[in-house]
Amino acid sequence: MALTRITSPHTHRALGTGAVMRNVVLATLPGLAVLTYFFGLGTLHNVLLASAAALGFEAAVMKLRSRPVWFYLRDCSALVTGVLLGLALPPYCPWWLVVLGSAVAIILAKQLYGGMGFNPFNPAMVAYVVLLISFPLQMSQWAAPQDIGGQTPGVIEALKLIWLGSPIDGYTAATPLDTVKQNSSLMLDALYLQDPVLSAGQFVGAGWEWANVAFLLGGLYLLYRRIFTWHAPAAMLASLSLMAFLFYDGGSSQSGGSVLFHLFSGATMLGAFFIVTDPVSSAVSTRGRLIYGAAIGVLVYVIRIWGNYPDGVAFAVLLLNFAAPFIDYYTLPRTYGHKKSERATRKVDQ
Amino acid sequence: MELIKVWDIPGGVHPPENKHQSMAEPLGYIDIPPQLILPVSQHIGAPAKPIVSVGQKVLGGEVVAEADGVFSANVHAPTSGTIAAIVEHLVPHPSGMRDTCVIIDTDGKDEWVALSPWEDFAERDHDDIIKRIRDCGIAGLGGAGFPSAVKLNPRANHTIDTLIINGTECEPYITADDMLMRERAEDIVAGTQILARLLHNPAKVIIGIEDNKPEAIERVRKAAEGTDILVVSFPTKYPSGGEKQLIQILTGREVPSGQIPATIGVVCQNVGTTAAIYRALRYGEPLVKRITTVVGEALEQQRNIEVLLGTPVHYVLDKHGFNDKKASRLVMGGPMMGFALPDTSVPVVKTTNCLLAPSKKELPPPEPAMACIRCGMCAEACPAELLPQQLFWYAQAEDLEKLETHNLFDCIECGACSYVCPSHIPLVQYYRAAKGEIRQHRIDKEKSDRSRRRFEFRQERIAKEEAEKEAKRLARKKAAEEAKKKLAEQKAAAPAEASAAQAPASAVDADKQKAKLERLLASAQESLKKAREPLADDATDEQREKQAARIKQAELKVSEAQKKLNESHPGEGTSAGNDPVAAAIERAKAKQTMDPADKLRASIESLQKRLEKAEQKAADAERDKPDMADALKQGAIKLQEKIAAAKQELADLAPPKSAPSQSHSEKPVSASTDAAQAAIERAKAKMSMAPDEKLRSSLESLYKRLEKAEQKAATAQQEGSDKAEALQQGVDKLKEKITSTQKELAELTPTTVAEETPQDPATSDAASLAIEKAKAKAAAMATMSVADKLRNQVDSLEARLEKARSKLAQAEQDNDDNLDAFKTGVSKLEDKLAATREQLAEHE
Repeated sequence: MALTRITSPHTHRALGTGAVMRNVVLATLPGLAVLTYFFGLGTLHNVLLASAAALGFEAAVMKLRSRPVWFYLRDCSALVTGVLLGLALPPYCPWWLVVLGSAVAIILAKQLYGGMGFNPFNPAMVAYVVLLISFPLQMSQWAAPQDIGGQTPGVIEALKLIWLGSPIDGYTAATPLDTVKQNSSLMLDALYLQDPVLSAGQFVGAGWEWANVAFLLGGLYLLYRRIFTWHAPAAMLASLSLMAFLFYDGGSSQSGGSVLFHLFSGATMLGAFFIVTDPVSSAVSTRGRLIYGAAIGVLVYVIRIWGNYPDGVAFAVLLLNFAAPFIDYYTLPRTYGHKKSERATRKVDQ
Repeated sequence: MELIKVWDIPGGVHPPENKHQSMAEPLGYIDIPPQLILPVSQHIGAPAKPIVSVGQKVLGGEVVAEADGVFSANVHAPTSGTIAAIVEHLVPHPSGMRDTCVIIDTDGKDEWVALSPWEDFAERDHDDIIKRIRDCGIAGLGGAGFPSAVKLNPRANHTIDTLIINGTECEPYITADDMLMRERAEDIVAGTQILARLLHNPAKVIIGIEDNKPEAIERVRKAAEGTDILVVSFPTKYPSGGEKQLIQILTGREVPSGQIPATIGVVCQNVGTTAAIYRALRYGEPLVKRITTVVGEALEQQRNIEVLLGTPVHYVLDKHGFNDKKASRLVMGGPMMGFALPDTSVPVVKTTNCLLAPSKKELPPPEPAMACIRCGMCAEACPAELLPQQLFWYAQAEDLEKLETHNLFDCIECGACSYVCPSHIPLVQYYRAAKGEIRQHRIDKEKSDRSRRRFEFRQERIAKEEAEKEAKRLARKKAAEEAKKKLAEQKAAAPAEASAAQAPASAVDADKQKAKLERLLASAQESLKKAREPLADDATDEQREKQAARIKQAELKVSEAQKKLNESHPGEGTSAGNDPVAAAIERAKAKQTMDPADKLRASIESLQKRLEKAEQKAADAERDKPDMADALKQGAIKLQEKIAAAKQELADLAPPKSAPSQSHSEKPVSASTDAAQAAIERAKAKMSMAPDEKLRSSLESLYKRLEKAEQKAATAQQEGSDKAEALQQGVDKLKEKITSTQKELAELTPTTVAEETPQDPATSDAASLAIEKAKAKAAAMATMSVADKLRNQVDSLEARLEKARSKLAQAEQDNDDNLDAFKTGVSKLEDKLAATREQLAEHE
């Protein structure tokens, strides 16, 4: 009697790549909800449009590459890229910006390298940086949170802003990171009292603090589900905190901002739990991921305080994407039965 | 009960245990099957050798295949019957390969050989115990099938301080060891005590059991009461039962990569093996049956059975209501490390701990693999702390070097990485394939290394042989010299006869050398003359200086050449001192018997000396009294003409002289030379494969051919045949060939040839011919301008070099023994050519 020949192991854990990706999308929902609550429909629209565009481009490329489209869409990696890009883009940015970003992420940053698993850079961050450099005006106008007296655009206005290109000036406000970066005359306490966004918040700034808390919760959920390990995000948050602590200087006008300020403003938590944890473009070993995360944390602070951009998560992540293979070479774990860990650069006599 | 610290292992997974299904029923038994299939290789190591013949009756417990060496194990007949066949049969192996099997038709009587139980097994001698374990064919029942006797007999330099009995059984579904521990805890404990004794009572004796088998732990603890054995339980996690992992859990130590546990003082045995060892010692029972878990939803009955080795799997399955339509596959072993069977005709063997027949729902077919997203779940699960995703990456790229730096060979193939992989990549399969590839690569490398070493050794040997040959050649040369000396002594003893013999004996040699020296002298003189040519009035001081230097150099050369010539013919020059004329007269007086050639030579010498003086005078005059210079120069030229004439005469004289030299040596002095001749002949006979002899023999045949060809050509010419021209051409060609062969011969062993030619009647002819030619050439050259001479020389050197090179190429192709000789010949010629060209350039 002939039987099926299958190699061991014969049993598999249920969790598949598609499930991993869907968990990631699920974990972004609290953050998305908070952003929508504070900044209106802009971000939600971004996420939906970017996801649809990303899936569309993915399907188109798969068709061009003569691959089974549905099999690859089902892994949901394109969906994750779209969602993350949508979350990162400013609310109410023009529709073409979102679509262009999705195209860059899927076609340029992912499929040109061979598709899922082969991209050396985080696709969403590549797209974000391409847009930031190419369209600085559109990319630096962030909507004002609803708490501060101003109104968020309604559905009609939102669609007008996005699809017809109405001027957005009336709805924007400086982000906490912008405000602190541009401050050169006030003590931080005074700045907090004066600035509308900062003063409206509980501890960092209206809207931003809660968005970061929500992303933190989402990240903790993923940790609980063992979708990724704690090493990279913890290292990033720790090194960012350390930098903020070292350069806080008690809150002078030259201060970079408190530890809490840096942890809960900008893209810190989104970056720590949804970008830094992207396995494809990060270092692989436990030690490697600690180094990778810590370096990103340091770079985020450096770019925020001494760089030209108010936030630096995207740049920091891309720079460390470059360094990941190098880190991998020097951080092989010590294998059972070996006295010390090897280096991948070791020569073997064969 | 002493407590023991338990360590954790890195990684690991928790797949569904599925152990309850087979533990619902007590240990079962099935009937003796009609046929048993016993593979000769049920263990790691050399296959056993069948020692029965087809048709032979065997009893239960009889050895049917004998261990082939220490690293092997006996195979016994599990029951009585007849040997039906010894054939290649499908065996349980991941590759689905076939191997030699002894097939027994059972008779159902189950008659056994008389076993020899040992009541006093505990007191038996160490070596006896080891021998019995070996005789009973005990091999590890846990999975690998390591011959137990080997493991229990560690090397003297390994002190064992810990004995671990492995009752972990971490694989899902399998409960064979669990059942054994519940049913036969006493056997295990007794076996453990014996093993401890064999290993000289290690400090720690531990039976390790995962904490998901509380009943087994209880039973074994009870059985071990009152002994030093520690029964340790630890948290359930796959793959805790791996030998390396269990050692880490129970001792905190790691087995060094590529080594065995004994190097860190640990020996590990499976509980089943331990019980089997006890039964072998106490009752003399060979290993012919084992407990196997029969489980899976494709079966109606799931339980543990004690089954005879060799029982076909289909027989077992049939007894348990196997539904092949329901089954997704059939696995021997557990779901993590077991392998899918290609067929149900394979037998149960010593390492078969489980037969798993899962339904499609239970173990669905694997999902298609997706791209690796480097999530790192595999690295988290790896108990060996490898980076499976990187290994996968390099395995795909076939980067063998990187695979080794990432410690591929420390992978225990437990399958934890594949189990957790969200992309369903069959990682272990990639590692197995990569390991195979690296092993193959190593074998290939070993092969190529070996052949390289062989090649190098051969080169060495050839060089050595060459050196030996060279030494022999030198010895032969010495022998020849001695023979010659003897000849000279004989001649001295009989001067009357010898004087006639000596002259021709050395004539050729001396003449040749002399001709050469004379040529040298002539050319030196010519260059001196040229150097002395007056410079134009407007010549600069620098030019004058140069000229002076050139003159000096030329003079030096001339005097040197003169000196050499004198030295080589001491009879002619040494006593002459500084007055060549007086010396010449003296010589002329002293040697009335001197032959005309020698006379001529002497006169040439004196003329040259006069010329030198005349030239000196001319040069002086040029400097001091220019009006007298012309007259003096005229005198010098006349002298030169005289020299040339004398040389011509000498050249004309030479041929008739060498012709009689042969007859001289052969006829009148034959008596005195015979002894020497014989000695030389003997020496030559010894040179079995000497290339010069070859050349000589070829010369001989060439001469014969030349003679014939000349005759033919002559007759053809006489008859006016139109073939005459062609024949003449053939003759010319033969002549060319002869000269080239002679040259070769001269180059190859110049000294030998020079010494032997006079005595060798076959070649003396050729030698004299060559000398003749050389002399003619010398004569011709004497009248030639220096540049022309040099040009001629260059041409001839070029021709010789070309020939030598082609010869060398030929030698290289044939890997001739005399390759080196050819090489030095070529390089010498090249040097000479370069020097001559330089000279030519100077003159032009």
